[in-house]
Amino acid sequence: DSDPVGFDSLDLNERRGRSTDAELDRRDGTRTSEALTPAAAARDEFQEELVIRPLHSGDIYASFQFRTLWDTDFLQEGQKVSHYRLFPKSLGQVLSKFSVRELHISFTQGFWRTMQWGQPFIPSPPGAELWVWFHDTVSDVDGNWKELTNVLSGIFCASLNFIDLTNTVQPSASFKPLGLGNATDHRFLRYATLPREIVCTENLTPWKKLLPCGSKAGLAVLLKSEKLFHSSFHSQAVHIRPVCQDEQCTSKAWELRQTLNVVFDLYTAGQGKKEWSLFKMFSRTLTEACPLATSSKVYVDITDNPELFELSPATPLLSQAVVLGDRRTYSVFDLTRAETFGQLRSLNLLLRWKGDGEMLRPLLHAERYVAGFGLQTGEIHTVIYNNHPYRAFPVLLMDSVPWYLQLYIHTLTVTSKSRDNKPSYIHYQPAKDRHRPHLLEMLIQLPPHSMTEVTVQFERALLKWTEYTPDPNHGFYVGSSVVSALVPSMVAMNTNFTQDQPLFSSFVPVKEESSYFVRVYTEPLLVNLPTPDFSMPYNVICLTCTVVAVGYGSFYNLLTRTFQVDEPSLPLAKRLANLIRRIRGVPLLT
Amino acid sequence: MELREFINFPGLTFPGLKITLLKPDIFFKQWYSWYSKIHSSHLESPLEVFHNHVYRLGIPDSHIVLMLADDMACNYRNPKPATVFSHKNMELNVYGDDVEVDYRGYEVTVENFLRVLTGRLPPSTPRSKRLLSDDRSNILIYLTGHGGNGFLKFQDSEEISNMELADAFEQMWQKRRYNELLFIIDTCQGASMYERFYSPNLMALASSQVGEDSLSHQPDLGIGVHLMDKYTFYLLEFLEEVHPASQANMNDLFKVCPQSQCVSTPGHRTDLFQRDPGSVLITDFFGSVRKVEITKDTINLTSPVEPPIKRSGSSDIQIESLTYVDQLPVAEIIHQKPKQKDWHPPDGFILGLWTLILLVFFQTYGIKHLKHIF
Repeated sequence: DSDPVGFDSLDLNERRGRSTDAELDRRDGTRTSEALTPAAAARDEFQEELVIRPLHSGDIYASFQFRTLWDTDFLQEGQKVSHYRLFPKSLGQVLSKFSVRELHISFTQGFWRTMQWGQPFIPSPPGAELWVWFHDTVSDVDGNWKELTNVLSGIFCASLNFIDLTNTVQPSASFKPLGLGNATDHRFLRYATLPREIVCTENLTPWKKLLPCGSKAGLAVLLKSEKLFHSSFHSQAVHIRPVCQDEQCTSKAWELRQTLNVVFDLYTAGQGKKEWSLFKMFSRTLTEACPLATSSKVYVDITDNPELFELSPATPLLSQAVVLGDRRTYSVFDLTRAETFGQLRSLNLLLRWKGDGEMLRPLLHAERYVAGFGLQTGEIHTVIYNNHPYRAFPVLLMDSVPWYLQLYIHTLTVTSKSRDNKPSYIHYQPAKDRHRPHLLEMLIQLPPHSMTEVTVQFERALLKWTEYTPDPNHGFYVGSSVVSALVPSMVAMNTNFTQDQPLFSSFVPVKEESSYFVRVYTEPLLVNLPTPDFSMPYNVICLTCTVVAVGYGSFYNLLTRTFQVDEPSLPLAKRLANLIRRIRGVPLLT
Repeated sequence: MELREFINFPGLTFPGLKITLLKPDIFFKQWYSWYSKIHSSHLESPLEVFHNHVYRLGIPDSHIVLMLADDMACNYRNPKPATVFSHKNMELNVYGDDVEVDYRGYEVTVENFLRVLTGRLPPSTPRSKRLLSDDRSNILIYLTGHGGNGFLKFQDSEEISNMELADAFEQMWQKRRYNELLFIIDTCQGASMYERFYSPNLMALASSQVGEDSLSHQPDLGIGVHLMDKYTFYLLEFLEEVHPASQANMNDLFKVCPQSQCVSTPGHRTDLFQRDPGSVLITDFFGSVRKVEITKDTINLTSPVEPPIKRSGSSDIQIESLTYVDQLPVAEIIHQKPKQKDWHPPDGFILGLWTLILLVFFQTYGIKHLKHIF
């Protein structure tokens, strides 16, 4: 069939992508020819993992990662992938139709508080974020991008169709591919963010449907929307990229990672008690691993134990991993082993706080706010903190500002420790009204133990009255800035790629031992634009019509009105008398 | 319900797929019944209709186009996020765990609604956002919100008028996008919305007549808004008794919520409908049934294809090991050459300007002087 996506012949109930009997029947005839092409029945494996990290403020951070690894090549010529097993068919077809090399999409509700919670395993900005690397065979990247956003908006039930050229940028140095590859021509990269996008059950439902076991078995049974959205931070993401198939790294495999990060608040979800359990967090306990998973594990961060909290049930399995520049120790619960579940056949972890501890201060942290007053001008301040006591390191700051905040780049200042700090690389693409947003990328060297402030002034534009949203007084959102950096690490990072590495430590590829790559997102901004009074068109019409009616009407009357004397009508008797008088020829009565 | 009853169900028939008793799933090929809803400011009503009744009576998610203008479930003011209750006793969460909202927030506009109805959507619109009905489909449209004499409000900033709606239905009729259409509206002066219909096979129900207001039913003192409208509440109570094999017909639906309960007078319009309303079953619009053909033959399931251990091509060629890309190559970034801009042919303005210049030039100097230039 010539239609690789097959959207026209597919039913939407097939989102999970399992082949149906009808397709099996059709494939019987072509089975012999397909056995010759190796990509038709490639190996795929599925791993799931949950990491629970208790935070010092009493909150708890849970991070789910579901990884499907598939030895196949979507983009190889002449090979049609039609047999999907664990990898969801809807995403596979999207990848092959739009020649996507890497796809990263995230939906986040809430803002990650770096100073209170540390660094997340997978960072994400508030709202929706989508960045895609296309293959270099694509000729019309913008066209593919537009269609891709529409298809994804249907898959994830989100308004991603609002992504168009007015909020898409093409970063020139940030967002390098996280997967395999050598050539990185930034013409094939597109990045867009929708800070206003809300995340709710209707986004979680299709996300869960992409998992091989759905939400019926394994760790995904814990994903209940009533509890997940009653949290300070909720982020679900899908990351697709090519990775090394094995340690020698001679061939590629496709990796699909679905991640869900959630931080439960001590006071709203925890009722103020510093005691957490799986049942309290998710209103469910674990009963079995996903049968299709080769590994299903729960990690609990016990590095600060035994002073911080007490974990039950105790487990002898421990694992050490170097993640985010720190060596952490984890208790491991392996769900593929039956004895993890104990007598009751269910696993409910209980964490009871014992004392307070000191959190390791994150080395890189950024903030952003709007200064100024009035509805005409303003100033954007981005503040980046380097908390390392003696090491300086460079960071890449990327700012994407919508066109209706007109930036004046001649007022751009970068100061560190109250001295001017000249960036070693600046890339600025000015905005085009209603076509393109501003893009500002700078490579700034942060001195040790300092605060760097980037300020730029802007002017607010007056939009056309049809361009305002139905609630313009809420304000307009400006997407988060992205700060990418290689932060010096305190312990040596592991540069070897091993198969049984836990998933949370193998997300970002590590190239050198002394530093780790981190991405920090700032707050999105909410700015008020000068808003017209929307009742004015009605008022203007009324006023104009009144003025015209009164003015023109009176003038017209003056010119064309004539006055005639009107005889009053006489009573009947006098009228008869007048009739007789007319006959007689005598003057009439009045 | 008995299997025999289920099979003898007198619904519209299509050539369905042949299924064996071994197969657990039923594969839908034909669109049977379509259900499209929109809400402007009352969220619980369409969700309750969706969750409890239409879904229960058999219409799958892919046949439902749900448009919600406000996000209430995950709004920060909702004390229980991701939940929406239709009754103040908070028994049933109508937002459920598998709701799929197709148009939400700013996407709910008059233009999008009319485009969904008439099918004039941009080619890249995904299937879940389209109304993929044909001339054998029955469509149910349920609208609720604030309205007036001849209009319904969208998002507090626009309105759809009854003439627009009537014209949209006429377009649908001419393009054969429906077989029969049931239109239910629950707003103030709702009857004015169906006054102007002129296409055949339309049946309409409204919660109030022209000049009357539709009232809401129960407030929730915790949030401070009303949960549902009176007409919808009694309509849903009526639908609770409908099951997939029910023989209840439209005349029963017209009797829902008399003035004693609803305070407003519900109205209906059946003159454009070709069949007698008494013979039209409720499940023709609210439910969906597929024709099932059962066979007693056995089918041998083929054994799965054995995956080859190694790729056939890679053993001969020596491939060098692949590497990951450097995430922040500082030296490379600093010495980056400026991005090669793709060459675009000159824009309209520049082209026009050059044409003007050349025209003036040739006007002044004439063609025969060209040889001095070239």
